[in-house]
Amino acid sequence: MTIVEKILARATGNKSVKPGDVLEPAVDVAMSHENAALVINQFDEVFKGTGIEPKIWDPSKIAIIFDHRVPAESSKTATNQKKIRNFVKKFGITKFHDIRSDRGGICHQILAENGYVKPGDVVVGTDSHTTTHGAFGAFAFGIGATEMASVWSLGTVLNVEVPETIKVVVNGKLRDNVYPKDLILYIIGKLSAQGANFKVIEFHGEAIRNMPMSGRLVLSNMSVEAGATAGIIPGDEETELYLRVEGVHNTITPVLPDEDAKYCQVLEIDANAFEPQIACPHTVDNVKPISEVKDIKVDQIVIGSCTNGRLDDLEIAAEILKGKKVAEDTRMLIFPASWEIYKMAMHQGLLNTFTEAGAIIMNPGCGCCLGIHQGAIGDGEVALSTTNRNFKGRMGNPKGDVYLCSPAVAAMSAVTGFITAPTKGVN
Amino acid sequence: MGKVVYIFGNDISTDAIYPGRFMATVLPTETPQFCFADYTELNKKLNSKEYPAGSVLIGGNNFGCGSSREQAASTILGHGIVVIAKDYARIFLQNAINLGLNLITCPDIEADLDDEVEVVGDKVVNKTKGKEFSTIPLPAARMVIVEAGGLVAYTRKKVIAKYAK
Repeated sequence: MTIVEKILARATGNKSVKPGDVLEPAVDVAMSHENAALVINQFDEVFKGTGIEPKIWDPSKIAIIFDHRVPAESSKTATNQKKIRNFVKKFGITKFHDIRSDRGGICHQILAENGYVKPGDVVVGTDSHTTTHGAFGAFAFGIGATEMASVWSLGTVLNVEVPETIKVVVNGKLRDNVYPKDLILYIIGKLSAQGANFKVIEFHGEAIRNMPMSGRLVLSNMSVEAGATAGIIPGDEETELYLRVEGVHNTITPVLPDEDAKYCQVLEIDANAFEPQIACPHTVDNVKPISEVKDIKVDQIVIGSCTNGRLDDLEIAAEILKGKKVAEDTRMLIFPASWEIYKMAMHQGLLNTFTEAGAIIMNPGCGCCLGIHQGAIGDGEVALSTTNRNFKGRMGNPKGDVYLCSPAVAAMSAVTGFITAPTKGVN
Repeated sequence: MGKVVYIFGNDISTDAIYPGRFMATVLPTETPQFCFADYTELNKKLNSKEYPAGSVLIGGNNFGCGSSREQAASTILGHGIVVIAKDYARIFLQNAINLGLNLITCPDIEADLDDEVEVVGDKVVNKTKGKEFSTIPLPAARMVIVEAGGLVAYTRKKVIAKYAK
């Protein structure tokens, strides 16, 4: 069996399962953000007229994190957040992360840095980038609000079809200045935006084994941009080390695929074969090597998000920006993925480097990535961003263009004002 | 039977169907006003009820890709329009099923603006062109949710069974 098949067999008490089987897996973690307001609405609907007092199957398995619009940008959002807070209190939900600098941040980073997800878990989230948690060897996938209401009521996901698995093997070592973000953009370019629709990607190979968790999170996070239900990386010593550092004391048992596991497709990638990659407007699979993306003047650079707002991302950017200035006519926004990361960046002096260069430091949140909370772009403007989507209208304006890249490309381009490849030893 | 009122290409995202900036609006009764908000003309005509229920939107491959926002399904449902696409992104399709929005999967669909189109059994009939196209039915595991009247009703039955034990 593949990893997802093994996880689903475990979560349903079956000895074995195969693609196409219809199952009702038990859920280990159920995450929502501000759209919990809609989940609550649907949860109430489920119990309406039954005469049964609304009851959550297991409040300790629900995580709610405010990140999409923090602090609230409107009275409507503030009222939704208030409704969620009241619900959290009423039902005793403990994994709640409010708008606070001592435990807040972007939901996917919060789950990771609190050790909420372990290898073999079934994780659902009302956010498509829930795929992120596949980096821990879990089966993690996005669902809608009504489906989450069903999970809150029953503790299982109803009628899940076991997906087929695509095996992606990344051999060798990434080139200098090429990062996990470039790798996943390269893979999405190969698979296309729909190439993995309804399927799971399993990542293997030397480049993956040698990759720290921060990079693995990038790969799993963006697997959904190839349409994948989940992007799973087998757990190993790196997974365990990361979780121990985050305070997990329980036994950690990685779920590994059987040697005779059946894959619907195998994609071999030579990690050394490509340069930094750029996803050009307006689809994430419109990927080009940076040498083919010429003379693109950038109005707004963004570094942050659940994809690339981690400490090593900020370190890479700071190394390039140190002693330099953001180009005139270009503005730069940086939003760390969590307050934990924000504070580490502060203590390391990275935030100083950014502000001396002229960049704006924003509070952790989803904000401008999806154009709902600051950092919108103007008509005809170009944004270059380390976020995960470049759909038309994504950064708040259907008349703007969004390009996606690694933090190194973003920082280098901030200095020049044009999309520019990073060079080692720029300082 | 309905008239084709808009033809989309491939990879229409949920940001196109329901732009992120309106996501603070969540209730199915309130989301229809922002349906395809950045397609200004289409949005205007939907909101002014110029297109009667049953009017048809044609999509390509991977319709509804991107975010898990359920508003993308409820906003279409609220207008009573029919979507016929070559195929759909997973979360969007599941959200539609859960809310009772009947998405038609028709890989070979051919239609132009203003064509009269009808879904008859497992076929899409383009009356203007005099052609029929096969549809791909939902898997049985999805169909039971549709037949129950959506996931809320389906879950309600399970909840009653769970607590009756």
